[in-house]
Order: sequence, then structure tokens, then C-alpha cells
Amino acid sequence: MIEIEAVSHRIGQVTILDHVGTRLPRGAMTALIGPNGAGKSTLLNLVARLLPLQEGRIAVEGLDVTRTPSRALALRMAVLGQDTAIGSRLRVRELVGFGRWPHHQGRPDPADAAAVLAALDAFGLTPLGARFLDELSGGQRQRAFVAMTFAQATDWLLLDEPLNNLDMAHARALMARLHSLVREEGKSVVLVVHEVNYAAAWADHIVALRDGRIVAEGPPAEVLTPAILCDIYGMEMAVTEHAGRPLVLHHI
Amino acid sequence: MRVSSWVLLALAPLSLASLMTGAASLDPSSLGADPRAWMLLMESRLPRTLAVLLTGAALAVAGVVMQQLVRNRFVEPGTIGTAESAAIGLLAITLIAPASPVWVKMLAASLAAMAGTALFLALIRRLPPREVLLVPLVGLILSGVLQSAATFVAWQTDLMQYLGIWLMTGEFSGVVAGRYALLWIAGAATCLAWVAADRLALLGLGEQTVTGLGLNPVAVMRLGLLVVALVTAMVVVTVGMVPFVGLVVPNVVARLMGDNLRATLPVVAAVGAALVLACDLLGRLIRYPYELPVGTVLGVLGSLLFLWLLWRPQRA
Repeated sequence: MIEIEAVSHRIGQVTILDHVGTRLPRGAMTALIGPNGAGKSTLLNLVARLLPLQEGRIAVEGLDVTRTPSRALALRMAVLGQDTAIGSRLRVRELVGFGRWPHHQGRPDPADAAAVLAALDAFGLTPLGARFLDELSGGQRQRAFVAMTFAQATDWLLLDEPLNNLDMAHARALMARLHSLVREEGKSVVLVVHEVNYAAAWADHIVALRDGRIVAEGPPAEVLTPAILCDIYGMEMAVTEHAGRPLVLHHI
Repeated sequence: MRVSSWVLLALAPLSLASLMTGAASLDPSSLGADPRAWMLLMESRLPRTLAVLLTGAALAVAGVVMQQLVRNRFVEPGTIGTAESAAIGLLAITLIAPASPVWVKMLAASLAAMAGTALFLALIRRLPPREVLLVPLVGLILSGVLQSAATFVAWQTDLMQYLGIWLMTGEFSGVVAGRYALLWIAGAATCLAWVAADRLALLGLGEQTVTGLGLNPVAVMRLGLLVVALVTAMVVVTVGMVPFVGLVVPNVVARLMGDNLRATLPVVAAVGAALVLACDLLGRLIRYPYELPVGTVLGVLGSLLFLWLLWRPQRA
């Protein structure tokens, strides 16, 4: 479980998060939704200790993120940030290999190599393993970064907009993959998504933010209602049902 | 692998040629019998060759480290003020305590180089991240400012000649046995970079990724800073600044082999050593028996190499 208590964050005079408190369940997929500037990424980055915590307390499986050694946290949670524009010319398998860093600290053993191969395979990157990242399409590169996170083999995966640059087929495949990680391997996934229907179809738990506050949280059927959605996004939209899950008609 | 074996193949004959080339002729067959020939080899030719190899390797590796630190391919310690800072450190210690031993001067140069590079890193943090070319521009401006400051002080205190030796195009004609020991420190710093190769490579992925993997990016940056400052200071103190090596060699190697530093750093070091040695040899031969400074030769060759790098057709 990730416990978030009274977390506030300010940049200059602007309040990004205002006394946010919630618990993200273990063994489930949690989606953070909300309009641009709601504070989703900031919250995720604070949990991932990528930003210094200004106010409040965050604990991952009981480990306070400000006090626990960074390496111990890296063995518990893997993070995919939004800034994946890198200048380095690395091959896909080298990048994915860096995901094993918390385990080997520069001395990879056969188990690390096997984990890298498994991660490449899981995201259909095996044929691209020897290619340089700057020779890939945006979607392929995004998958390489997700595979790197996956190779870290942690109980928690924190993903900031993992569907960026992915086409429909790859986006669905990634969500299905994450879903099976949760169901079959007991992992916990927290992700920021813009398209609410991915949250509707795959998430177990949704946290909706607006203006730095949590507006609603709970299972998709409870959060994705016309009233709450209108409150979050400031526009009317109908919600129907498909295969027992909410389907938000926000595009018409 | 192909690149590295080619370069290693080239290093041996280059080194041999360097041992045999100079104003005084050296007959390899008389080495056993003629003590003067032996002395020439051990006191002048061998030290010079080693100094060139160490300088080339260390500067090329320092270039890679600098580029990882700022995540930008268009910088090297010679273009962002590190060399000028080292010279300012030397100038300061020469003014404050002229009689201080070599290790104190070296320390002053290293500390100043570190401070100057840290200043550059602090400056570019304030730049918008997408403006790739602003980084080298700010470096050029900073090094210009530092150099003017150094020139002003040196002019006022009649130390212009010293400054010229440190910052003008580096050359190796003055290297004899016992006068290049500091370069071994640059060599050691290069080894340190290799030990930390994975960490430095990770730095290229950005601070977020480094933190996410449980590493402290600030600690890695400090280590990189130490390598860059030590290498630059030692080279500036011993032979003066040698341009282009730290810029061209890392770029060429990255094009061919990528940025997995664990694999590429040895190649970078070998290519750097071979390039500087080839240029030093050229400098010795073009106006034989007179010499051109290696910095001048590199300035011409390096810019040609860089243009080739820019205009070379891309592989599909």
C-alpha cells in the first residue's frame, strides 16, 4: 500500500497539490486521472521521490520515501517518468539492461541477463534489441522505456503517461500486459492516463484530481459518472456501459 | 569491435614512429652500444610519446564525461571554461605563493577547474532544456569571460608569458623525463571514469531516471566533475590546452558504437591517444627539423573531422 498523507506542493506562489491524502491499494491497478495541470504527475513524482517532498508524508509499503535509502526504494518501485527524451545513443537492450541496476549495481549476473531478455520479449522488442534508441519510432522508444521499468522487477510500477506515442494496438497491448501483471503476478501498478476509457476498462481503482485536490476516488463504476466527470473536466459527457465496464463518450 | 581493433593496430606503429622521430636522429640498432642513443630514447622520446598518449586518452575521456554531465554533445572541457579556470587557479597560486611546491600548484589548478566547471553546470541548469545549442554557447561565453579575467590579472602582474603557455595551443616539445609526471594523474582520473562508466552512462538518461534506479545523481555528477577537472588541470599545467580531442573523438565513437560507456570508454581513450599522437607526429614532420604545436595541427585536422562528421551521409 502507498500511503499519502496531507501532501502539499508549491512551485513559487502556485499551489500544485493542496493537502492531498489517500491510500493506493496493493495488488491493484490504480489510475490517476484529471485535466492538464491537476497535479497527477506531481503526485506520482512525489511518490517516486523524483521531486523533494515539501509538506506531508508518503510511505511505500511502510517505507517513508524521504528517509528510506534510494536504492532500497528502487528495489520496491520502478518509475517511468515523462521525460524520456534522452541524448544518449544507447541500444534498446542496453537501456533495458539499465533497469537491472538496483539489483546488480554494475555487476550483472546471468539472472540479470535473463530478466532483460524476458523484458524485451514481453514488449515485442526482441527484434529491436540491437537498434539504437534514436533510430526507433516514438512508440517503439516508449515501449523500450516501459520494458526498462519492467526489467527492474519491482512490486510497484509507477508510470507517468505510459501510453504516450503508442498507437491503439500497442496501447491496448500495454494495458493488457499491465493488467496481467497485476492479476497473475500480484504486482501493483499506478499510472497517469489522459484517456479515461483506458482507466475505465482496466483500472481497479481510480483517483481523480482537479486543481491539486482529490475530487473522487474508488472503483471505475463509482468515479466515472456524468456528474463527477463534469466536475473534473468541466464538460458534459455521457457514460454508457460496455462489457460490464463504464464507457465514457467524451468525444461527441 | 572493428573500430577498436583498427585503432589498437594503429597505436603500435604510431608509437614506434614517435619514438624514432625528432630533430636528433636515433638509430635503433645502436641502442645497445651507444649510451647517448639510449639516453635520447629514455629521457626525451619515450617521455614525449607517453605524455602524448596520456594526454590524448585523458582529454577524449574527459570530453565524454563532460558531455554526459550536461547531456549535450557540443561541449568539451576546453570550450566551457574548465581550462581557463585551471589557468586562473595557477595564476592565483603563482601570485599568492610563488614558491609553493608543484603539488600545491596542481591542487590549486584542479580546485579552480572544478569550481569553474561547477559554475558552468549551475548556469546551464537555468537554460530551457530544449535549446541544445545554448549550452555550448553559454560555455563559450563563460570561457571568454574567464579568459579575459585571467588576461587582465596576468597583464597587470606581468605574467602574460605563463598564461600563454597554459592556454595557447598545447605542445609537447618541452616534455622530457620527470616533467610529465602529472599526466599520470590525468591517466588515473581516466581510469576512475572507467570504473564509474555505468553510472556516468546512466547520467545521460536524465536525473529522473537515475533517481528512479536508486542512484544519487548529484554524487555521480560530482564524480564526473572531479574527472573533468583533474584531467584538464593536469594537461593545462603540463603541456597547455589541446583543443578538439574532447569534442571530436567522443562524437565519432558515439556515432559508431553508441554511448554504453562501459564498452566505449576504452575505445574513446585509444582513439584520442592515436589522434593526438598522429597530430604530434605530423607537427614534427611538416617542417622537419622544426616543429608545429600539436594544437595547431589538431585545430586544422579536428575541424575537418568535425565537418565530415556533420556532412557524412546517414546510414539507413
